[in-house]
Amino acid sequence: MDDFVLRALAAGCGIALMAGPLGSFVVWRRMAYFGDTLAHSALLGVALGFLLGVNPLIGVMGVCVALALALVGLQRHRALASDTLLGILSHASLSLGLVAIAFLETLRVDLISYLFGDILSVTPGDLAWIYGGGAVALGGLVLLWRRLLAVTVDEDLARVEGMPVEALRLAFMLLIALVIAAAMKIVGILLITSLLIIPAAAARRFARTPEAMAVLASIFGMVAVLGGLLASLNWDLPGGPSVVVAAAALFLASAVVPVRS
Amino acid sequence: MSIQHAVAAPSPAIPPLVEAKGLTVRLGGRVILDHVDLQVRPGEIVTLIGPNGAGKTTLVRAVLGLVRASAGAVERRKGLRIGYMPQRLTVDATLPLTVRRFLALWRPVTAARVEAALEEAGVAHLAGSPVQNVSGGELQRVLLARALLGDPELLVLDEPDQAVDVHGQAELFERIETLRRSRGCGVLLVSHDLHTVMARTDRVLCLNRHVCCHGTPEDVRRHPEYRALFGGHADALAVYVHHHDHAHAANGTVVSGHDGDCCHG
Repeated sequence: MDDFVLRALAAGCGIALMAGPLGSFVVWRRMAYFGDTLAHSALLGVALGFLLGVNPLIGVMGVCVALALALVGLQRHRALASDTLLGILSHASLSLGLVAIAFLETLRVDLISYLFGDILSVTPGDLAWIYGGGAVALGGLVLLWRRLLAVTVDEDLARVEGMPVEALRLAFMLLIALVIAAAMKIVGILLITSLLIIPAAAARRFARTPEAMAVLASIFGMVAVLGGLLASLNWDLPGGPSVVVAAAALFLASAVVPVRS
Repeated sequence: MSIQHAVAAPSPAIPPLVEAKGLTVRLGGRVILDHVDLQVRPGEIVTLIGPNGAGKTTLVRAVLGLVRASAGAVERRKGLRIGYMPQRLTVDATLPLTVRRFLALWRPVTAARVEAALEEAGVAHLAGSPVQNVSGGELQRVLLARALLGDPELLVLDEPDQAVDVHGQAELFERIETLRRSRGCGVLLVSHDLHTVMARTDRVLCLNRHVCCHGTPEDVRRHPEYRALFGGHADALAVYVHHHDHAHAANGTVVSGHDGDCCHG
């Protein structure tokens, strides 16, 4: 197999590995739309990264955090429902990103590859980012696992038990931002959320514990990456979308497989 | 019975576990609580009663530190361990979580202690069930077991009688009574069941945004504001309370300061 295919596989599997447990949390906490909003803001992060002369991944992280904080602040006012606020932030930040990139005339950005990913052009440097970021994200998740679960089950109970609920929420958003920054190049910002939630949703019926669901979601994600990439190579299809289609097919299959209750 | 009570009876000299002083809470421009005073001492059961919308749950949440005071303050004893049993709990169906795991989430705890807590609560058979499938009454037991796993000094129960039938209620209050005696923890509970409240409580605080009246159950029962709030139900209690008067006779000291708080608003 060619090097670029192996790199694509390694990158995809790395993303799937960290997307499994984090995506499970996104599903448990009903934050799919929130993940989407963060992902949409990533383009603005890329533009800001170029503008400030820092690594675009740093820019993405920064914008994600700013967005998460803005959302928390807006939610406190309770003037508008969360989904309305998310809709506003999501599309405003995506459009702002597109405008900013158009504004940076000197910058030649392959917009399509940012929006939909370009898994076959992964460089060894990208791989380092993915596995480095992945190790940090998974390490953080293991460290916070029990407390994050507690906050997911009931924030009030967690608060009464003395857990730093706000800090845990922020840490979780940071972990999501890390995945988005790392996965952006693989599936693109418009499709990242699907890699978080589809494998986790497919894993739900087969899992009896949170950990089993997380691990199974990682495995399903890697199967989808493998299947999507093979299809992409065989029939000359776009890589990122093929992976997502494979994941969706896996989800459909998982829904009809009988499970002993 | 009365001797055991005398032993467990809290003295005003013991500093309270938690104390609200002139607590006022405004939410969205509305006054939910207006200058409320409340104390819970070790070993005493304090019950909040009041009509719907009286602010009972808000007061509980303020005691727990979940709602900020707009004026006044809530003082908790330093490092106070609180066991909180909420009215209800909804866990998202997508989260695969057994009752056993649910109990272990809140602090580092050995598997043996979790099993013992389930056994003690009489729900050992549910250990492996998804927490979402547990019935209302069983969930109450699980939630109480969870609260007790932290070895609380103050137990806070929000309408523990809501999801349980009459038999379950009696059993639950029996357990609370036992816990108070064996562990010496203070208990703050919200209830809408006047009968049970009056029979099992050291002090009652009747709330209708402000404190209408407070004191021993029999004091509160005689209070005009209480009678105005609960009307016919208040009379229905008269027969029942007789037995209770006797049991709590040793407890009179707790009522001090009661008169000053009454009859405003």
